[in-house]
Amino acid sequence: MKHVMIYKRFERFWHWSQALLIVFMLITGFEIHGSYSLLGFGPAARLHSIAAWTLIALWVFAIFWHFTTGEWRQYLPTTDKLGAVIRYYLVGTFTGESHPFRKTTRAKHNPLQRLAYLAFKLLISPVIWISGLAYLFYSDVAELGYLDLRIIAFVHTAAAYAMLAFFIAHVYMATMGKTPMALVKPMITGYEEVEA
Amino acid sequence: MLLIGLAFAPTPALAAAAETLENASSTADHDKFDELAGPFDTGPAVTHACLSCHTEAANQVRQSTHWTWEFAHPQTGQMLGKRHVINSFCGTVASNEPRCTSCHVGYDWTDTRDDPPVAQTQVDCLVCHDTTGEYKKFPTAAGHPNYEPMEWPKGSGNVRKPPDLADIARKVGAPSRANCGACHFYGGGGDGVKHGDLDSSLVEPPLELDVHMSPDGLDFTCATCHNASGHQVPGSRYAVKARDTAGIDIPGRGDQSRASCESCHDTRPHTKDKLNDHTRKVACQTCHVPAFARGGVATKMWWDWSTAGRLDDEGNPIEILDEHGHISYTSQKGDFRYAENVVPEYRWFDGQVRYTLRSDRLNTESEPVRINRVEGSYEDPGSRIWPFKVMRGKQPYDTRNRTLLVSHVFGKDDTALWTNFDWNKALEAGTEFANQPYSGEFGFIETQMYWPITHMVAPAEQALRCDDCHARQGRLAGLGGFYMPGRDRSVLLDLVGWSLALLILAGAVLHAGLRIRARSAKGR
Repeated sequence: MKHVMIYKRFERFWHWSQALLIVFMLITGFEIHGSYSLLGFGPAARLHSIAAWTLIALWVFAIFWHFTTGEWRQYLPTTDKLGAVIRYYLVGTFTGESHPFRKTTRAKHNPLQRLAYLAFKLLISPVIWISGLAYLFYSDVAELGYLDLRIIAFVHTAAAYAMLAFFIAHVYMATMGKTPMALVKPMITGYEEVEA
Repeated sequence: MLLIGLAFAPTPALAAAAETLENASSTADHDKFDELAGPFDTGPAVTHACLSCHTEAANQVRQSTHWTWEFAHPQTGQMLGKRHVINSFCGTVASNEPRCTSCHVGYDWTDTRDDPPVAQTQVDCLVCHDTTGEYKKFPTAAGHPNYEPMEWPKGSGNVRKPPDLADIARKVGAPSRANCGACHFYGGGGDGVKHGDLDSSLVEPPLELDVHMSPDGLDFTCATCHNASGHQVPGSRYAVKARDTAGIDIPGRGDQSRASCESCHDTRPHTKDKLNDHTRKVACQTCHVPAFARGGVATKMWWDWSTAGRLDDEGNPIEILDEHGHISYTSQKGDFRYAENVVPEYRWFDGQVRYTLRSDRLNTESEPVRINRVEGSYEDPGSRIWPFKVMRGKQPYDTRNRTLLVSHVFGKDDTALWTNFDWNKALEAGTEFANQPYSGEFGFIETQMYWPITHMVAPAEQALRCDDCHARQGRLAGLGGFYMPGRDRSVLLDLVGWSLALLILAGAVLHAGLRIRARSAKGR
């Protein structure tokens, strides 16, 4: 076993600030949607927009980082051990089996994580960004004459529900290490014991 | 240092200079004119003197709607104007002339079936240009002031002295808020009754009531925005500019009518882009006039004519006041409801107003009858969401011919409703006067009438907040045809979305429970 830096400083900064922004945007977003009244529509909408631009800036840096470091390869999907991992979460975790996936610096996500994060990055996020920008600039989009706000709002809200679903599942799965905090700690300190 | 002092604290000398300048804005001191030495016996005699210098004024006035009470609507082709329409207050001018024409900008129009009197001296200059506040058209004198001491209201013991016409004539000036207000604030039979956003509180309004007209604000007169040229006054309620895309009007630019907010504020006046985006679909007034009848003067919201005519046991007319001291019933006029600080109703509006005219057949199946209807839609780029006072009530109609009826309410005769309390006679006399077909059978039908709200602009801090409309049950809850965030949603999507989130949460809780149990089983 080796004590290695598995999540680099930028990666951790990106992860946690993205997490905060997404939670904040879920809260303000569903207020804009009318689900509840918390900050008031005006402040919620204004803060939602500010958070959106912040997150866009963060993403620009994150995408740059992923490509320059080659870390984007961490999300390439694989079927290797995918069945075993799913079986572990459904059965093995209750019978005391050990996790079938061994983390390394070159493959730090298990096959199920890879799929989930890839879906997050290539499916949920683009949909939420594109529909969100169309929503933000609706007055200009409307001049084009073929996109109704009803449709834009529907797509954006649907993506928000997907984001909420991802968030709940992600937070729960993060507690499934050897101890409830075992997986969260490396995301904070960056270091984890991995096999050499 | 001296410059800074000057910039921040106007010296008494400067203030005095400004005052002199204001007084000097006219190049004529009417006090010095021999023509106005008087004495004058009548209004027309004053007009005669005015016209000796202002040679074209009477001709100009006689081309205005203030004179003709007639408006051929350029879009709908309907012939509108006070002379022709029925409204949901006293009904019609026709057959009630000497009372209603007391607000005509002339003298002696006693029969609106005929055109107004032709003589140039029949134009009333003073009603608009009096600066003393002493000139008052007597309510029942077809536009004349009283030339003898007269009692008003009848039986009140209040005696109106005749005005000193020569003194008034020597002090004429540009129209003030009080000049316009003398008629426009009192339409419908009393202060604030008709419009809701025009009443006597606007003569000297506090800043909170109207930022433009308040002496503490910009101290605008009506004519600052309704910038008349050649006595033609822009800003029509029949053909409204619902969306002014011309923007700021300066010489050579815009439409030269300042009777729209955009004429001074341009089309994107806010510092926040999102607010500016709203101006495409939302009239300025919708957010910036949060309520009407805000100045302490109540406006009439309901007028049920059907109950008029009830007398007490001795056969005398009744008057009942509500808890605020407003009249809620009179034998002459029926039931009223007044209100203050009224939240407007909102409609898509393209500026066109269509009327139900005397000759139009009513669709009695779909009450209420719309005395006028405003048109517009989300799809139409010329339409915006506008605030309205919606006046409601019940009015007489011909149950067989299915038309609204001309009712003769005012007059010293044996048929007028207000003196005889007999609908049969009043309607027979009214329709006969107006040459309107009448079957002799009448009933009362519920009506509504739209009055666009545009005055009483509040300070920016008091404008509507986002969630006044962006809410499930906000001010625009009833306005269809478009999607609004915060108000609208797909119920199905919400159901599926929240179910998904809950299912995953429940799954996690279940999974966690099983894990804890498995672990504790192992521990044992």
